Amino acid sequence: MPFACIHVPNFILQAALRIEPGLRTQPAGILDGAPPFVTVIAKNKKAGSLGLQIGMTKSQAEQIQGLQLRRRSIEHETAAHAALVDLALSFSPRIEETASDTIILDLAGLAQLFGGFEKLAQRLGRRAKKFGLSAQVAVGSNPEAAQLAARGFAGVTVLAADEETKRLGSLPVIALNPSLEIRETLERWGVRTCQALAVLPVAQLSERLGQEGVRLQELARGASERALIPTIAAMEFEEAMELDTAVSELEPLSFLLGRLLDQLCGRLSARALATNEIRLRMELERSEEEIFGIAGKKKETRSGVDWMQRGAASSAPTNPGSDGAERHPERAGLPVRSGTQNTRRPAPTNAGTGGAALRGLGLTSSVPTKSGSAPPIYEHALRLPLAMRDSKALLRLWRLHLEAHPPASPIVKITMAAEPAKIRFAQSGLFVPLSPDPEKLEITMARTGHFVGLTNIGTPELLDTHRPLSFRVGRFNPLEASMPANNFGGSSVSSGVSSASSEDSVALLPATALRVFRPAMPARVEARANSHEGTSDKARENSHDTSHETMNKVHAPARVYFGGVWGDVMAASGPWRTSGDWWTEDSWNQDEWDLEIEFPVPAAKETNAFSRTAFSHAAQKAESARARGVYRIVRERTSGEWFVRGVYD
Amino acid sequence: MQGNPALTRPGCRERIRVRRRKSENKNRFFLFFFAPVIPVKTSALRAQLEKSLGSRFPAPFSPRPPAPAEMVASGIPEIDHLTGGLPRGCLTEISGPVGSGRTSLLISLLSALTKRGESCALVDGRDSFDPCGAEEAGVALGRLLLVRCTNIEQALRAADLLLHGGGFGLVALDLSDLPIASVRRVPLNVWFRFRRMVENTPTVFMLLEQESCAKTCASLVLRLEMKMARWRSIHKSGSDGNSQPTLLSGLQFNAEVMRCRFERAKSDDGWAGGSASRNSAASDFAAVASYEGARCSFESKPAWTELTKKRRKNSEA
Repeated sequence: MPFACIHVPNFILQAALRIEPGLRTQPAGILDGAPPFVTVIAKNKKAGSLGLQIGMTKSQAEQIQGLQLRRRSIEHETAAHAALVDLALSFSPRIEETASDTIILDLAGLAQLFGGFEKLAQRLGRRAKKFGLSAQVAVGSNPEAAQLAARGFAGVTVLAADEETKRLGSLPVIALNPSLEIRETLERWGVRTCQALAVLPVAQLSERLGQEGVRLQELARGASERALIPTIAAMEFEEAMELDTAVSELEPLSFLLGRLLDQLCGRLSARALATNEIRLRMELERSEEEIFGIAGKKKETRSGVDWMQRGAASSAPTNPGSDGAERHPERAGLPVRSGTQNTRRPAPTNAGTGGAALRGLGLTSSVPTKSGSAPPIYEHALRLPLAMRDSKALLRLWRLHLEAHPPASPIVKITMAAEPAKIRFAQSGLFVPLSPDPEKLEITMARTGHFVGLTNIGTPELLDTHRPLSFRVGRFNPLEASMPANNFGGSSVSSGVSSASSEDSVALLPATALRVFRPAMPARVEARANSHEGTSDKARENSHDTSHETMNKVHAPARVYFGGVWGDVMAASGPWRTSGDWWTEDSWNQDEWDLEIEFPVPAAKETNAFSRTAFSHAAQKAESARARGVYRIVRERTSGEWFVRGVYD
Repeated sequence: MQGNPALTRPGCRERIRVRRRKSENKNRFFLFFFAPVIPVKTSALRAQLEKSLGSRFPAPFSPRPPAPAEMVASGIPEIDHLTGGLPRGCLTEISGPVGSGRTSLLISLLSALTKRGESCALVDGRDSFDPCGAEEAGVALGRLLLVRCTNIEQALRAADLLLHGGGFGLVALDLSDLPIASVRRVPLNVWFRFRRMVENTPTVFMLLEQESCAKTCASLVLRLEMKMARWRSIHKSGSDGNSQPTLLSGLQFNAEVMRCRFERAKSDDGWAGGSASRNSAASDFAAVASYEGARCSFESKPAWTELTKKRRKNSEA
């Protein structure tokens, strides 16, 4: 049964180069240790040619001209190892994480799939390069032989079953990783290669070196048999990047985010997965005041001041209401309706709207903490309606989001995590109804929400209340809407006037639509002295409801003033009383009227107020003397005020 | 020439004359032989190519005629009969004063398209959309993308992004409640850009405003106005003591075709693109009287009239 081994030589350096590919062409070294004992622990060939050596102190290394030094980062190594695991899992479901820089794969049954072990090994090497790692790949008949060959030979090595001993024989004994004592013993004997160790008699070897010696000899022959310890791969996709200098501009930050997203999406696609949630966590630079607790001068950031300043202004905590939205009192004197969802939420200003506007899209944010010990954190999550793994689209969404909600300080560390999800399968067809592409739609909505407000774009959802005109704007997902839904709600009576049912075949008339005035326009109403205006004679005779007659006497509109003009009421229908939520502070109690109002054509010029009244057009036409329209007027019974809710159009 | 001593020498003028005569003759000779040859060669070449490619490419040098527009039923039989429906891939303008029926037409079209499973987008210039009424009228709100704007700049930008994204069966830009002056100030190239963006796409782009402003960019311009409101008396008093003797029973509107500049697809087996043919009124393309100046009237009814009928039927049942 064949096995493959992927080994990343000089893993610590490669983990750093994976995040900064530009360093591959430069002499580079990695430092580690607590000051003042910081030493060089890894270097590349170019750095070695300049005289850098492992174990050099930092001050010694800094004297070398042109050398790039980086601090060791455990996050980078963790991410690199995770990438290696994803790479291995993209080929075989059974892998063993032998070391942080070594993965062994079980290749049983994969030869036909990949066209042979040679091709498989080459593909492994190429894909490792796409993940930013230069790996050595070897294929052997057992895990130990494959591992030994991967660690010992550069490039791609395929060991045939009968030549393992011969090929491994050229490797030094040190490659077997013997103990110090055994190594010295073998050195004294003059055994320096695996071949030399392999030809020693077994019995005498075991007498002198014990079982450890026998084990080493089996390794040297490539005959060691052991079972693979399979790894249960964790479904964690996280990439991190620690920055040497703080980033305060959007462009370089986008570049770094793009790199992280490329890595994440590459790892997801290697496991045939996508993501529907991406979390971004950025550590921000602390000011001197925060570090030292003194009123020091503020550290000047580099350019891109506008973007960061907006973020600093937005870091002031907001005071969201119970529904998570900022409330603004209605204009024109309407009573403030707390809790109604149909009040228009304001578009985001440059100062941002805190966490309120983000909740509509499932985004969470934390106000940067200013504790003495912990650095300020900027944390956001981007939830997508559908699983995606297009790094460019995701970067665009993040850019739009960061433009609207910039961090308060420069960034020193970035961590990005993706929640894995199954790939969405969509099959198009000739007769499938038209619908927008989900990735494009997401970007379009994010761009549009950037200037109208994220809470002002979406699908209208009616609320479960009798309050007039109550709705909220929810997430627009045409794919969900196209799935058949059970209409248990009110849609059974909302088939509309225009639905052509078999019983109401004549009901093909369109429904009369109402254009709503938001906010409602205040109006003045002159009531009709004679209450029976608009009623038939028979109704008048049969009417014994004195209370209603009394009400009609008081409230039947005769003339209405709004938009700067008085209009005569030609016909009236009402009042239609509606009330509710009396058990809450936000109750309503209204009388609604449908009025046909006739306006004279004004002699004055057109003004903005005319745009919502019927004579806005009549003002243009000299031939029409009057203009009519049917309006819905509302009277608040608690305050007695009148408003124009809308016009039938 | 008079003051030039070189030209006043004897025989000089004669030499100039001869030289001039020679150059003229040369030009005449050139024009005689080559000038008629150039257009003759081009036309012969063109004729030869058309002859050899005619079997494979009919009229290869002639501009291709514009593809006929696919029509979609608006849901109002009178409008469909007047115009044949609304064209896809074109800019349609619906203008008229407040209360002229534009919103009813829009809601009817939204209902028709969302019921067919198409996604629609509505850019509301002044946030005047009534979702409750739309839902009662049959609009599937889950397939409607609503953009609530406050000014014309936001509305135009949103419409631009939505048209650019594509994939919608209808993109409606409602500028009805915005001041007319601000709508008039929109330059023509904006409408031209919108028209180009929607060309060759299956999207109906509908523009609602108080007066027509897209001019030649619109392929179909309909002018609506309110004809009359109909009221009816009811004699029953409600159980809660509210007696409403008068009820709005409907509005009547007039519609006029101000401009019609598109080629409609002909219906042979009733499948003209699949959308309008399902409406029995719209499938009769041959009878459409869609010329500029054509008029029709249509009526709309408030949704509660049908609700009342249904409730009565349910109680009787």
